[in-house]
Amino acid sequence: MIDLNINGQSVALNAPDDMPLLWALRDVVGLTGTKFGCGIAQCGACTVHLDGQPVRSCVLPIGAIGKKAVTTIEAVSQTPAGKSIQKAWLDVDVVQCGYCQSGQIMSAAALLQRTPNPSDADIDMAMSGNICRCCTYSRIRAAIKQAATGKAEVLQSVVAMPVRSAS
Amino acid sequence: MKPAAVGAVGISRRGALQAGGLALAFTWVGGSKAFAAISPRQQPADAAAALVDGNPAFAPNAFIRIDADGGVRLVMPMAEMGQAIYTGSAMLLAEELGVELDQVRVEHSPPNEALYGMPLLGGQITGGSTSTRGTYGVLREAGAVARTLLVSAAAAQWKVDAASCTVARGVVSHAPSNRQLGFGALAGAAAKLPMPAKVALKEPKDFKLIGQPLRRVDSAGKVDGSTQFGIDVRLPGMKVATVKACPTLGGVLASVDDKAARAIPGVIDVLRIKDAVAVVGEHFWAAKRGLDALNVQWTPGQNAALTTQQLRAALAGALAKDKAIVGKETGKRPEGTLVQATYDLPMLAHATMEPLNTTVHVRPGECEIWVGTQVPTRCVSAAAKVAGLAEDKVVLHNQYLGGGFGRRLETDSVEQAVAFAKQVPYPLKVVWTREEDIRHDIVRPMYHDDISAVVDGEGRILWFGDRIAGGTVLGRWAPAFMGKDGMDSDLIECVAEPCYDLPNLKVEWVRHDMPPGLNVGWWRGVGPTHNLFVMESFIDELAQRAKKDPVAYRRAMLKKNPRTLAVLDLAADKIGWGKGTLPARVGRGVAVGDAFGSRVCAIVEVEVTPQGEVRMRRAVVGLDCGIAVNASSIEAQIQGGLLFGLSAALFSEITLREGTIEQSNFHDYRMLRINEAPPVEVHTVKSGEAPGGLGEVGTAIAAPALANAIFAATGVRLRALPVNRALLAQDKEALKKKIADAGHGARSAA
Repeated sequence: MIDLNINGQSVALNAPDDMPLLWALRDVVGLTGTKFGCGIAQCGACTVHLDGQPVRSCVLPIGAIGKKAVTTIEAVSQTPAGKSIQKAWLDVDVVQCGYCQSGQIMSAAALLQRTPNPSDADIDMAMSGNICRCCTYSRIRAAIKQAATGKAEVLQSVVAMPVRSAS
Repeated sequence: MKPAAVGAVGISRRGALQAGGLALAFTWVGGSKAFAAISPRQQPADAAAALVDGNPAFAPNAFIRIDADGGVRLVMPMAEMGQAIYTGSAMLLAEELGVELDQVRVEHSPPNEALYGMPLLGGQITGGSTSTRGTYGVLREAGAVARTLLVSAAAAQWKVDAASCTVARGVVSHAPSNRQLGFGALAGAAAKLPMPAKVALKEPKDFKLIGQPLRRVDSAGKVDGSTQFGIDVRLPGMKVATVKACPTLGGVLASVDDKAARAIPGVIDVLRIKDAVAVVGEHFWAAKRGLDALNVQWTPGQNAALTTQQLRAALAGALAKDKAIVGKETGKRPEGTLVQATYDLPMLAHATMEPLNTTVHVRPGECEIWVGTQVPTRCVSAAAKVAGLAEDKVVLHNQYLGGGFGRRLETDSVEQAVAFAKQVPYPLKVVWTREEDIRHDIVRPMYHDDISAVVDGEGRILWFGDRIAGGTVLGRWAPAFMGKDGMDSDLIECVAEPCYDLPNLKVEWVRHDMPPGLNVGWWRGVGPTHNLFVMESFIDELAQRAKKDPVAYRRAMLKKNPRTLAVLDLAADKIGWGKGTLPARVGRGVAVGDAFGSRVCAIVEVEVTPQGEVRMRRAVVGLDCGIAVNASSIEAQIQGGLLFGLSAALFSEITLREGTIEQSNFHDYRMLRINEAPPVEVHTVKSGEAPGGLGEVGTAIAAPALANAIFAATGVRLRALPVNRALLAQDKEALKKKIADAGHGARSAA
């Protein structure tokens, strides 16, 4: 048994020490918002927070986590940075297929937490470990800036989006 | 062409078959005979489908369900893989129904050709950028049918003229008497009314949703992690498997020693089929550890020594000596200066972010499947064969797709999962590793083109010819759509019907199939991605040879094609073409084309470092996609599609060694990342023409714009993809040393 602190709750896992956190979350705990993309820390789809720092859960054995707090996409809205990033993601309408977006949001929330007003270079540095095959990169950048500044990032051709979003 | 025609609007079977390939524009004809396919009106299969879909109070067709509580559910005929078709389809339905997007819930459609079959593609298929083109009329009419019945029900109850009623936000109002009834209250009465023969569709000037930049209907769950993709399916008692198929394409399993694997805690089973082995675990990790612990022997078969070089040489050989099928020949080849070049395109993997996966539960006499697929009915047919069941004993639940790009137009992974799952009593989720996903992709074929032109003294094109060698996707995937003469229309798409005024044209194809085991498949942009690279690169060569500006050279050939001329001019204007001077080793490249029913021009600006690194500084796209359904989705698809194509052009190539795909994961099959992605401006021409496709057109126009920009920056013409940086280095010896110092192998320096 391994005890982990996941999204503020203590969870006892019947799983081997060497199991990557990704599979513990997905297949043991049942939190499927964290995604499998590559298994070798190349794509960032599995990004979660460990004490607020972004980590690739596909290569992090659960035996190495100890008492550190694990935060996943399912609970990132409980942090101020996570909440503002998720709101900006909706406002800018970033997602396409959506599969990588949990990881993108976790990386972006961690960036905003430590760098409240990130430059383009900061965004490149923090986000270049997250691949998006749909290439939503323009809107990811716009959404991070919007979350940081509170100002609507004007998309290149969509001048104004009516406040009319789906439920 | 009358896309707004009311009544029995259909697509002629003949037109669809003539179109053949996935991407060609199709023929709308009014009053064509009905056949089992998508329809705005009630069909025989509707009642049963609605009954299992929550038995709504009102279900006038296959797309609209209105519950007694007023809830509006919309069943999406196509699969959502990122292209925002759920949003676009919902907008078409909601526009005419009289609801807003925040009032609707979207649902995946069940596999059902009669209700959701797309005539253009001959089935319930999401592909070829055809979804909006194929449903713009049907879905609006479906919404109008429902609205007409709901209004009729209200008018009857109030004993007023239906024409005096209005609809907004799911409420029917009669202003003169100040009465209102919600859709829920009217649903029961509306369901008892006969189908209206004709319904009125809104005039475009009255659109409230269509044309607006609306937010997607599927964002919320994708932002908070709650959206269920195929890989997220969890069932009581479910086990998880991961697989290894013979690494040598076409090879089979010889033997498996599974003793060590079975000793691993959590490993439940080791399953075998002809060409693959699966380890089943309590969770993926146990399965993966078990798989790694197997000692597997393979019988590699006939591809044991196959290499990319052999395939490349065979294509060139076929082009030189094999008989060609003439796809298009107009005019005659005159005397003049002949200019020739050969172009090569590589095999490509799809590498969807969500690795392939399928969950299957085979029970006595039935099979239930959960998978994200572009082809749900094909999956049912394929699964039924493997399971040895009738098709009506197979139930399939489609899911959100973590990317498709054509990979999920195939059924191979579903067939494999059923073959494993029928050996066990429990529900089995089969998840491919990324390595398996790339090594057993059904790749975009390689192509070899011999392209030529006869030009006059001014460099103007008098005759244009393209001889293409390559394997056919269509011939395997939909052989019935091949031409009578054996032609694959996808293979010559865009070059056989060029956007330019080229009266003397000859386009030929030499069919050269890949060896058995090396299947080739649809890849985002299909024929146009191949042909626009070759053609638009070569047009650039001809412009340069004629000492003409690349935009001006193209303009002169677009006088009879005002829509395409307009997007060329728009993009050139927005980037400031020809104005100011660019720094050394910075260049702009232009490419233009008519594809998927849209007109597109991309201009890419690059800087090439002395070491040969290509940095994309910006891109500008001019687009005419006809009637714009959702301006926000259009921008997103063009930005993403262009970058997808640029990523492949810069980095991607699948190679074979000993019959095995050499690439395996994102470290050696590299993708564009955010720090490498340029800003992409999308400028759209306002248009009332029929809607064009959007999912692929950006991808198809990317590579030639990039290669032309690299030429402008360096003077180096790239006639093969991906970009070979070694050719672009100013000091090639320094580059070789740099690469060697960085520990990269000879392949990068070659």
